[in-house]
Amino acid sequence: MLHLSTLVLSHFRSHKLARLTFDQRPVAIYGNNGSGKTNILEAVSLFSPGRGMRRASALDMTRRPESLGWQLQSDLVRNERIHQTKITSDKGAARRVLIDDKPVSQLALGEISRVIWLVPAMDRLWIEGAEGRRRFLDRITLSFFPSHAEASLNYEKAMRERNKLLKEQIRDAHWYRAIELQMAQTSIEIHTARMRALDLIQNAQDTATTEFPAAQLTLEQSEGDMPTLVDDLKSALEESRFRDMAAGRTLVGPHRTDMIGVFQRKGVLAKDCSTGEQKALLISMILANARALKDQIGAAPLVLLDEVSAHLDNQRRAALYQEICDLGAQAWMTGTEIDVFHELGDRAQAIHVTDADGLSHCTQHESCLI
Amino acid sequence: MSGAKDIHDLIDLMAKLPGLGPRSARRTVLHMVRKKSYLLAPLADLMQQVAASARECLNCGNIGTTDICDICDSEKRANGEICVVEDVADLWAMERAGVFHGRYHVLGGTLSALDAIGPDELRVPKLRDRIASESISEVILALNTTIDGQTTAHYIADELGSDVNITTLAKGVPIGGELDYLDDGTISAALRARKAF
Repeated sequence: MLHLSTLVLSHFRSHKLARLTFDQRPVAIYGNNGSGKTNILEAVSLFSPGRGMRRASALDMTRRPESLGWQLQSDLVRNERIHQTKITSDKGAARRVLIDDKPVSQLALGEISRVIWLVPAMDRLWIEGAEGRRRFLDRITLSFFPSHAEASLNYEKAMRERNKLLKEQIRDAHWYRAIELQMAQTSIEIHTARMRALDLIQNAQDTATTEFPAAQLTLEQSEGDMPTLVDDLKSALEESRFRDMAAGRTLVGPHRTDMIGVFQRKGVLAKDCSTGEQKALLISMILANARALKDQIGAAPLVLLDEVSAHLDNQRRAALYQEICDLGAQAWMTGTEIDVFHELGDRAQAIHVTDADGLSHCTQHESCLI
Repeated sequence: MSGAKDIHDLIDLMAKLPGLGPRSARRTVLHMVRKKSYLLAPLADLMQQVAASARECLNCGNIGTTDICDICDSEKRANGEICVVEDVADLWAMERAGVFHGRYHVLGGTLSALDAIGPDELRVPKLRDRIASESISEVILALNTTIDGQTTAHYIADELGSDVNITTLAKGVPIGGELDYLDDGTISAALRARKAF
């Protein structure tokens, strides 16, 4: 079991000081638009490697007008072991992470916690550019394999180096070969991890009894196939060098991968499905991600669902709540009214968030029967 | 804090040194001032001398007080092996171990297109010249195992080609290390490089 037993937000966005305590049950957060509900979800999302669910800078998260910097503290409980976790940023400086009072890299968060999320910005995931789908896929992959973050960072660094050489029209073949070898090695790691993650999601969807439709998922390159051997990718990069130089950027590699989804039962591409079906596919993937993670690490991840319940009919909403409870996941859900969470009853705890002059205030309730 | 401006300036300068912050700089300066005759004055004299005489070895890039450092000047070190390191601190670390008896070549950094550090800034052409002029038979790449370090190592290996034997330091479990404390990458490298017991 993985859950937060405490969460303290200090000068974080609209929250000046919020001290919250929780048990293992899901958390329903309700309140008017702009009251600061999603800010709580964002705070929870920061207890995993990366820039959180809004991909915001540390400076953007600081409460204004004070601009003193911010701090998040949490007792993160995993399989009955408590990790005191603190994330701070002083006046827009880079985030610092402390676990049990010891400074660690952000990547270390992936060793103790797993956080996955679905936010309204993802509603257009299937119809917008490949970058969003790739990022979604990488979050899923990262949740299974924390080392995916390091491989991705190393790949991006090497690619930036190569792009710089291309833009400057540098023609030193030795230099290209050295960088391309690094890119090829990390590319294969990234691609292998993504494929394994898709297999896990596919399997978790296929073996579950659920109200949500399964998505059939494949990876596709913008052109050709993704090489699966280091030497093949190295050759592909070398062959592409002149074309890349004309374009001023690298045109081969895992940064050109797209995730294609098909509504499995109907055999229709996700991008051609109705808005409701597209959302249902995403929920299906998030739930499959949580189930597969539970099998892998023995604990369901923290699941953040921003404004998801309001867009589901009563039957699907009840099914979603049932699946979350069956999983034993501490899901964090937001909605403007408590009514959408009534179905959860005392299976979830609630927070009412109100706003007064740009300052959020939280009131906690034992259940959703308010 | 009250006190003379010079002392404050000294504290500010000391605080810029690696490993020292404002607090440790204050403690260091206070300690030196209290031990003026046997610490502060000799230190000031020595710093003045070093400031006048310290220079890079024209051959390998080591820091010394002569144009050619003691290592490059010693015929005993001309055994046909040259160890390539990123920085002088790495050279000194190798020397402290006392197990390498060849010569060194200090690159002065790693390749970085983003920081405009190319092969010419890294003394790679000089390395090529030395391999020919000093009859080098083995180049040992002792670069850091970061992405930049390894890119630089691959660059040098590719650039030198098969004219000379190129080796690199082994990667794996440190002497006296415990497996429990190692990261996944190190354990994986150690397992790949395992050998018969």
